[in-house]
Amino acid sequence: MTDTNFDLIIVGGGPGGYVAAIRAAQLNMKVALVESQHLGGICLNWGCIPTKALLRSAEIYRQMQHADQYGLSAGKVSFDLDAIVKRSRDVSKQLTSGVGYLLKKNKVQVIDGFGKLAGKGKLSVTKDGKPVATLTAKNIILATGARARELPGMEPDGKLIWYYKDALVPKDVPERLLVIGSGAIGIEFANFFHTFGAKTTVVEMMDRIVPAEDAEVSAFLQKSLVKDGMEIMTSVGVKSLKKGKNTVTATLDINGKPQTREFDRVIVAAGIVGNVENIGLEGTKIKVDRTHVITNEWCETGEPGVYAIGDLAGGPWLAHKASHEGILCVEKIAGLVGLHPMNTDHIAGCTYCHPQVASVGLTEAQAKDKGLKIKVGRFPFQANGKAIALGEPEGFIKTIFDDKTGELLGAHMVGAEVTELIQGYVVAMGLETTEAELMHTVFPHPTLSEMMHESVLDAYGRAVHF
Amino acid sequence: MPIEILMPALSPTMTEGNLASWTVKEGDTVNSGDVLCEIETDKATMEVEAVDEGTIGRIVIQGGTQNVPVNSVIALLLEEGEDASVLDNYTSTTTTTTTTAVTTSSSETTETPAPVAPAPAPPPAPAAPQPSGDRVFASPLAKRIAADKGLDLGSVQGSGPRGRIVKRDVEGAVVPKAAPVTSASVGLPEAGSYTAVPNSTVRKIIASRLQDSKQTVPHFYLTADCRIDKLLDMRKALNAASVEGEGAYKISVNDFIVKAVAKALVEVPEANAQWTEDAVLLMNNVDISVAVATPSGLITPIVRNADRLGLQGVSTTVKDLAGRARDGKLMPEEYTGGGFTISNLGMYGVKDFAAIINPPQSCILAVGAGEPRPIVVDGELAVGTVMCCTLSVDHRSVDGAVGALFMAAFKRIIEEPATLAL
Repeated sequence: MTDTNFDLIIVGGGPGGYVAAIRAAQLNMKVALVESQHLGGICLNWGCIPTKALLRSAEIYRQMQHADQYGLSAGKVSFDLDAIVKRSRDVSKQLTSGVGYLLKKNKVQVIDGFGKLAGKGKLSVTKDGKPVATLTAKNIILATGARARELPGMEPDGKLIWYYKDALVPKDVPERLLVIGSGAIGIEFANFFHTFGAKTTVVEMMDRIVPAEDAEVSAFLQKSLVKDGMEIMTSVGVKSLKKGKNTVTATLDINGKPQTREFDRVIVAAGIVGNVENIGLEGTKIKVDRTHVITNEWCETGEPGVYAIGDLAGGPWLAHKASHEGILCVEKIAGLVGLHPMNTDHIAGCTYCHPQVASVGLTEAQAKDKGLKIKVGRFPFQANGKAIALGEPEGFIKTIFDDKTGELLGAHMVGAEVTELIQGYVVAMGLETTEAELMHTVFPHPTLSEMMHESVLDAYGRAVHF
Repeated sequence: MPIEILMPALSPTMTEGNLASWTVKEGDTVNSGDVLCEIETDKATMEVEAVDEGTIGRIVIQGGTQNVPVNSVIALLLEEGEDASVLDNYTSTTTTTTTTAVTTSSSETTETPAPVAPAPAPPPAPAAPQPSGDRVFASPLAKRIAADKGLDLGSVQGSGPRGRIVKRDVEGAVVPKAAPVTSASVGLPEAGSYTAVPNSTVRKIIASRLQDSKQTVPHFYLTADCRIDKLLDMRKALNAASVEGEGAYKISVNDFIVKAVAKALVEVPEANAQWTEDAVLLMNNVDISVAVATPSGLITPIVRNADRLGLQGVSTTVKDLAGRARDGKLMPEEYTGGGFTISNLGMYGVKDFAAIINPPQSCILAVGAGEPRPIVVDGELAVGTVMCCTLSVDHRSVDGAVGALFMAAFKRIIEEPATLAL
């Protein structure tokens, strides 16, 4: 390696790290990006993107099964799982090579290896345990990401017990599938395999699925999935998994009473843990809380010159949060003026099951817990012309306003394409619009977005079409 | 040489106006006093009268033109015997102190041959770019919260993109308290130990304007002792000469002070100024605000064009304004504007004080009581009536030497009041 001294070294090439690298290059920094596995991180390789590809196949398959509703006939609808998985992998490959191209274009030096802090301003890089280089830089950004939380006694074996990586490349659709955890990842996999014929059971320890969402959204989604034939068990824990030859016997804890159930495959989606190990945090002033690095609003750790972004620095565990932190952190290092800390209340979350879920800001319960006096608006898909024309009359949009100031505190959506709609409210929140500006906005007709308008109107008792 | 007819300033703060319409056309003969055109300001429409006689040679700015800068040439008047051909080679000699845009527009228009027939109104003359300083950029939510709190957004520093005021800026902002806290203790005194007098609108305006002035205007102070024995003699003589009944007058010491200030301002016009971010505005008129205590609080009615009034005129005007101020019957235009303020507390026996500048003015003169004091005249101790005056000055617009020049002029005039007759 010819050059080992940089303005900035970034450890980890996921959506936090690679975006930070490009922004730094734009600001004329000499940047090194150290990545041990693959550019694009979990998001592009084993997360957001490949699951979206799989779920797109599921969506089209579902539509084809209901072709007659649209006056179409598709004959005998069937699928080829290998081809579905191959498409998903190809999509990932296309995007990761795109990231490589972008980094090259921006003259970011990509170093293949595992980075570890090695004293002030130093990073040692190893590949397969062998030292590759020692790099120096005034500033180092740690963006090592996170991985699935492994439950004791339920470790992945790639055969009977799957974690997300296994679930992304299935050889076949299991007959009976148990999904442990009903967050975004669990629900998306449950939805995928259920659509392709797996008899699917989702077990959630909390009293409702997608527990981070507004309670009304959880209830609506659960009803919808159950109607679709999925089994959902809430307030239920999994005590143990006993692996047989080709089946798994799960012992569930239902109100303190054990119950055994047999499944063919189990997907564990019980949250994630930060990759804090072996990156040289020991002996530094960097503080770690459980599995994430503690940072301030500018992504600074306790160690001067060392920053942490993305999943490593804590929730919300979302690619777009990581990317934004990467940009903010780099701009702060560059000394740009007029920067603003990220407001996590303005970061939307999306779940791509059917029906889709999208939300931003406070849930109704959170707003009430804060002691805020609120106004709540709701508008159902069944009263929207475009939704009916699409054959998607299922879902609703809920908005929560501060009664006193008209601040949009939260928006919660469930239904077709809501993951593409939520950004409208995100922009509104970012600009600090109140209900007045949203009411004055002319939404195009006929679109699903009209429901966003109507929901706002409804919060003030003025909904027109419901 | 044709006579230039300039865009008049209809109020001290007017920088531009709309030329609504011409009542004369090219070729018309006008006499002094004839109405030439109508000018619109944001407040009113006013007729402009001819000062000189002659023939309208050229209308430079057509009727219906918006944002015509003050002092730009709007028409050219031919004097008797003057031929229209002089217009062809005519270039404006007027030096405008406003913006370059003004110069450009006037030279461009004068070079264009005048249309013979009344032409349709040309597109508006290029207006000087409006400073955006007045506009407060704030998010709708920040505006709403500020309105709820009674917070003036102009006093809030924005931390959002490009300095936009956002929620976090107004949430933390404290609404300025009208009354200064006199002791270190926080909070209200024990219930029953005081009577709360709700703040009237006037009270709130006084509080916010003067707090703003004292906090943001860099004040400095100039004090001079003025001997007023001659003034008192002259006042006695003038008042003794007053007729009975109709036309009776009684000139006060304060009337002399108003008149002396007006004369001093004519001599030192730089003290008749207002500070703005882009320019120091030198006022064309000598309009003097006189502080009057009223039951609802301080108000400063204005003696307009005080330099053109005689002592009797000043006296009558001040009496009328002060009387109506105490009755709360002043019209807004009678107390808004003004270029200089006089605050006289001499009648209460106050020896000397320093007043707070009345923004956007630059100077305020605080007048103390005239009292017999030992003084030295030609090396001998004598007794003279001395009045102590302190000028508070905004150093952004008026420097120390200019303030001192004003005080020297004022002192000279007030000590030799006969010069007021000049």
